[in-house]
Amino acid sequence: MWKFILRRVLIMIPQLFILSIIVFAMAKAMPGDALSGKVMDPGISPERIEELRDQMGLNDPMHTQYIRWISNVAQGDFGQSYTHKTKVMNVIEDRVWQTVYLSLFTVIIIYALAIPLGILSGRYNDTWIDKAITGYTYVGFATPTFIFGLIVLFLFGFTLDLFPTGGTVSSKVDEGTFAYFLSKLNHMVLPAFSAALISTVGVVQYLRSEVVDNKLKDYVRTARSKGIPESKVYSRHILRNSFLPIAAFLGYEITGLIGGSIIIETIFSYPGIGQLFVTSISLRDFSVVTALVMLTGFATLLGTLLSDIILSAVDPRIRIE
Amino acid sequence: MFLYKYYTNINENELIETFFTKLLKSSQKLYKLKLNYQKIIYFIEKVVIKLGGTSMEKPIIQIENLTTSFRIKDHYHAAVDNVSFSVNENEIVAVVGESGCGKSALALSIMQLHSKDRTKMEGAINFKGKNLLPLNEAQLNKVRGKEMGMIFQEPLTALNPLMMVGKQIEENLDYHTKLSKEQKKTRTLELLSQVGIPYPELTYKQYPHELSGGMRQRVMISIAIACNPDLIIADEPTTALDVTIQAQILDLLKSIQQKTQMGIILITHDLSVVAEVADKIVVMYAGQVVETGTVREILKNPLHPYTKSLLHSIPSAITDKSRLHVIEGIVPSIAKMDRVGCRFKERISWIPEEAHEHSPELHEVETGHWVRCTCYQHFHFQDEKGEMITHDIT
Repeated sequence: MWKFILRRVLIMIPQLFILSIIVFAMAKAMPGDALSGKVMDPGISPERIEELRDQMGLNDPMHTQYIRWISNVAQGDFGQSYTHKTKVMNVIEDRVWQTVYLSLFTVIIIYALAIPLGILSGRYNDTWIDKAITGYTYVGFATPTFIFGLIVLFLFGFTLDLFPTGGTVSSKVDEGTFAYFLSKLNHMVLPAFSAALISTVGVVQYLRSEVVDNKLKDYVRTARSKGIPESKVYSRHILRNSFLPIAAFLGYEITGLIGGSIIIETIFSYPGIGQLFVTSISLRDFSVVTALVMLTGFATLLGTLLSDIILSAVDPRIRIE
Repeated sequence: MFLYKYYTNINENELIETFFTKLLKSSQKLYKLKLNYQKIIYFIEKVVIKLGGTSMEKPIIQIENLTTSFRIKDHYHAAVDNVSFSVNENEIVAVVGESGCGKSALALSIMQLHSKDRTKMEGAINFKGKNLLPLNEAQLNKVRGKEMGMIFQEPLTALNPLMMVGKQIEENLDYHTKLSKEQKKTRTLELLSQVGIPYPELTYKQYPHELSGGMRQRVMISIAIACNPDLIIADEPTTALDVTIQAQILDLLKSIQQKTQMGIILITHDLSVVAEVADKIVVMYAGQVVETGTVREILKNPLHPYTKSLLHSIPSAITDKSRLHVIEGIVPSIAKMDRVGCRFKERISWIPEEAHEHSPELHEVETGHWVRCTCYQHFHFQDEKGEMITHDIT
């Protein structure tokens, strides 16, 4: 088991290396750099800008720039952010926790909704309750997050004024108090629910089809032949088998946990990683962009590893040697 | 010499004394267990059966005019059509027929494992004097697993892949006994060794995919017999296994049956299995019983064309036939089946129409030997031409 994890972590190194080349090349291929915006600035002469470019090493050949960057990255230094005038790691550190809180809250809502709905829909398939739930999932599939988010924001944020429309915490509360925590939660309600209500439909559908599939399996018939009450047939046999793919999917959620949601964070002006990513691209703050892509890539690899570990923990047929 | 020594060592008085103490102890035991009069009679019966080796014709289950219909697009079609037979204590009844003849549907009907909203059941299943059909799920659950066990065809899919084998056997005890956790485990290990698993402790903790096909079927059997049921329904228990394992599993079933005096309904399409273990045969075709009788009688003197054809189809190493006998056509599907007249008519088209009854019934040709339809009197295989003229059709 530990050997397996170690091996997977070691394989991640070349994977991340290849990712870094692609990321760097794409970042450089984008038109402009951190100083492009300054060309029109009357306070700085074009000669000065060229000088600055030389200083920052932006005029060096591509491979020297890459080698300089990657050797710094390997030491955990993603360089300076040109727009934030501070270290990239500091910028990300501020934002990443906001995203983790929001994503965690979203994931909890997703599963809190999906598990009962999926089970109900699968257990009583083709009844009115199943039809209602499947109807909801179709609507959910068809609705784009940015439209739904905007509607939610307009209705509950502006019209009804029930929840704050942006930020992560009220400025009136002190850090560390219970009120602070509640305020944070209050700020997360709208973005979390609008993301969860849309994303949960996939899990509901998945769970439904798993339950429908599993309840016709032979081992369920065996369980019934033992004279076990129906509720136990579900809890002990059908559901345990139906949760397998859902449990495995949980590992991938870690990617979203760190990567954040660009659309949701932008709509609700929630200062997380997703929002940072969009603003950094538009400001050509490449050191932040590359750092974020590397981070998300690392999270994805970690997520797949976690999924494998979870699956081997819940399914005895899959054992990691 | 040795024996002589042994006997002389025992005092005569001592012998008498031990006999009486034993008698006293056993009577105390009887009193403690609060055995009522009926149970004592039952016990005596069992002793008599053991001594005599024959069944006292005590029916465990009597199936009377059982009809199970499935709904296909708003219409109910009978897959099990007016089936009646009974299973006595210490008896193995084999239900044979091709695939699609309603054998498994019958097995699941007895256990009432068909999905309720798509199945309609009529008739009566009298199990130990009580009709099972009107019972609700909760009442049925007290019978299923406890007094009636079932062994399924494919032991890999019939076991939960995520549950330890031991736990799956214990599950049966969970709901039907009041044993403590340790007692349940002991009982499970006992069951595992009873079905011939070499390392019960190890197997207890294994998962189904870690076991071989034969081992899995042994586990299935131990699940079925966990609560000492009076009846076991084995739905093609040996179909998924190779021949050597088949023999082992059959021997195991037979030995368990002899120990516990239970009845077994053995569903199979393997006639060699039937000849080996069964006492009675029920031949099913297209949902109906076409012939029934004792194994000896049916194998020696098969009457119904279907039974004859089945027996004729067994490959033989002795005769040098180059072609295997084939029953023409296929079993009709339940939705398209013609329910008037002899259902086997189409597959023996060379037999004249007049030979069949309009509404075929079971005729008792000898005591306990029943055959459906009169067409058996005029049946001959297609390659035996001469006989057709000799029969005069009534």
